[in-house]
Amino acid sequence: MFKNVLFLSAGLAAVLSAAPVAAQTEIAWWHAMDAELGKKLEEIASGFNASQSEFKVIPTYKGSYAETLTSAIAAFRANEQPAIVQVFEVGTGTMMAAKGAVYPVYQLMADNGEPWDPSSFLAPVTGYYSDTDGNILSMPFNSSTPIMYYNKTVFEKAGLDPEVAPKTWADIENFSRKILESGAAPCGFTTAWVSWIQTENLSALHDQPFGTLENGFGGLGTEFTFNGDVQAKHWTNLKKWADEGIFKYGGPVGGPDAAPKFYAQECAIFMNSSAGRAGVINNSKDFEVGFAPLPYYDDVTTEPKNSIIGGATLWALNGKSPEVYKGVAQFFTYLSRPEIQSGWHQTTGYLPITNATYELGKEQGYYAANPGSDVAINQITRGTPTANSKGVRFGNLTQIRTVVDEEFEAMLAGNKTAQQALDAAVERGNVILREFEAANS
Amino acid sequence: MQTKRTIFPNKLLPYILLAPQLAVTLIFFIWPALQAVKSSFEREDPFGFKTTFIWFDNYKRLFADPSYLNAAGNTLVFAISVTVFSMSLSLLLAVAVNRVLRTNRLYTTLLVWPYAVAPVVVGILWWFMFNPSVGIAPYLLRGVGINWNHRIDGNHAMLLVIIAASWKQISYNFLFFVAGLQSVPQSLTEAAAIDGAGPFKRFWTIVFPLLSPTTFFLLIVNINYAMFDTFGIIDATTAGGPAQATNILVYKVYADGFLGLNIGSSAAQSVVLMLIVIALTAIQFRYVERRVQY
Repeated sequence: MFKNVLFLSAGLAAVLSAAPVAAQTEIAWWHAMDAELGKKLEEIASGFNASQSEFKVIPTYKGSYAETLTSAIAAFRANEQPAIVQVFEVGTGTMMAAKGAVYPVYQLMADNGEPWDPSSFLAPVTGYYSDTDGNILSMPFNSSTPIMYYNKTVFEKAGLDPEVAPKTWADIENFSRKILESGAAPCGFTTAWVSWIQTENLSALHDQPFGTLENGFGGLGTEFTFNGDVQAKHWTNLKKWADEGIFKYGGPVGGPDAAPKFYAQECAIFMNSSAGRAGVINNSKDFEVGFAPLPYYDDVTTEPKNSIIGGATLWALNGKSPEVYKGVAQFFTYLSRPEIQSGWHQTTGYLPITNATYELGKEQGYYAANPGSDVAINQITRGTPTANSKGVRFGNLTQIRTVVDEEFEAMLAGNKTAQQALDAAVERGNVILREFEAANS
Repeated sequence: MQTKRTIFPNKLLPYILLAPQLAVTLIFFIWPALQAVKSSFEREDPFGFKTTFIWFDNYKRLFADPSYLNAAGNTLVFAISVTVFSMSLSLLLAVAVNRVLRTNRLYTTLLVWPYAVAPVVVGILWWFMFNPSVGIAPYLLRGVGINWNHRIDGNHAMLLVIIAASWKQISYNFLFFVAGLQSVPQSLTEAAAIDGAGPFKRFWTIVFPLLSPTTFFLLIVNINYAMFDTFGIIDATTAGGPAQATNILVYKVYADGFLGLNIGSSAAQSVVLMLIVIALTAIQFRYVERRVQY
């Protein structure tokens, strides 16, 4: 009996191990895309797997962006890292500083003889993910930028023209007042990502420095400067508007309560990543949505700069065999194809990251057929980027964003003025920057 | 009294028998603990390429950090509130159930249910009920003039995590109290009743002192629960916010180490926690236990 079991299991093992006819090289890809985005991502992976037989990309969902980064780092330390990991823009500083862990994408493509042309990517994307020598270190994948969503139905009820989106912060205030007074909605606007949208992007739009040394692009010795007049004025306003009920706070980090407030028609205006588009469309069956660029202060600037990038890129990690990297390079080439990119961009609301993808969308008439779908790309490509609007690059930015959220909350609770809160955030943020500098130099 | 002991002639056998247990303890407890102690003296980049030995810098920075002291204060408030709240409520429930003769099984079963709920699910439940936009509780509270918003108000947030954490622990305490109450001899309370002692007098002078072993045990368990086991609840309800109002020591270890990737500081914090556990246990067993009548 025992012998039979042994024999059977040996046979079974032989059958199982013989199953893949040609030995495929497996490529692990850790990502942070859930729900609709995750499904679409898996579609891309299986599309690649079906397109050739040599390699097999295996996507694995690892939780939130922060969790994905942490698991990849822990895995790297245990020598169990995936070949590809998706890291959010906030982790870029951390990844760039980890030179020994990363296989830079420009080098990976060159080593494996795959075509690589940095100029095919949109300029803001290239700028954000290049090192100081101008080399792109990670494969751009899902890039987004914050935009404004507004409820046209509520606008109409409040006696506003639904086709006219608020352009400036003064408009936001006036429109919100009207909405509140007319009883069309109990709240004017809400926002996701206070740090990213109402501080980092606010600074970029108004050409204000967020930190020294070109917002951190110039080196690890950078220090924060986002406690300037414009930022303080904006935070003061947000506090004032929160007290009046014009603005409602949606919570820290991504603002988990912000989107529901917009979906439930509680707040008429919602600022969020362009990647929130799919969610907004799915959840706005009872009302019409308008899309618009982020507002600005017209007494500070009449020509707001480009907004900055969010989202994530794909990093190849060191320590795998050459065959694996060959597969990774081929997969990246596959990913950059306009038809793959445009499928991703058009279903998710992420930016078309290559010029060819954008052109393809135009040819297909996608932007004409879907009003508002080009707001994000127009906003991020407008004007000439300055040192202040190129982006931000700081180590430990996850922690720093938490600090910004905390100080913002302290201000909302009335414990601090806007200036005090921003000063405290800068001071605490600088401590974190110095720690990062010490650990990485 | 002389106990008869079985003596194994083999000197090696006891060690072999102990080995599996010791191996598990060494690999899963002692080894990671030593690693934490080691990391707490180092500064390291997240990937572990550069490690610098920096003596007590992590600790020095920790105790100079107002947010750490704030977390310590929060932990104190949180642990005491949860312990007092959940223990007194469950004692009350246990006494009530103990007086019900016919349906007490039913009540016991119902009251034990929350214990089977996972901490994160508890967190989500309360998060949902108290959600400032869609929750039922803020809606009702608005009716009595309270503008509930734990996203902004730190006291609201603290109250919320205390309620959620206590609710989860009530079942556990309740079970032990019911068992404890059932072992109090009826004859004692009856005798007191004959002597003219009212129900309150009987409870405080007879039942409560006789319950003290249970109470003492639960005290230890509850403090440990509140300090070290409530991570899931905090993560799901407030994530330590707003402005760190509900950031407790255990949550801070996670936030700094896993989200912030600051391994040195996170390790130093775990070492501090380890010392707290050791101290707590020592104090409780050395000083409190002596006064408990068994």
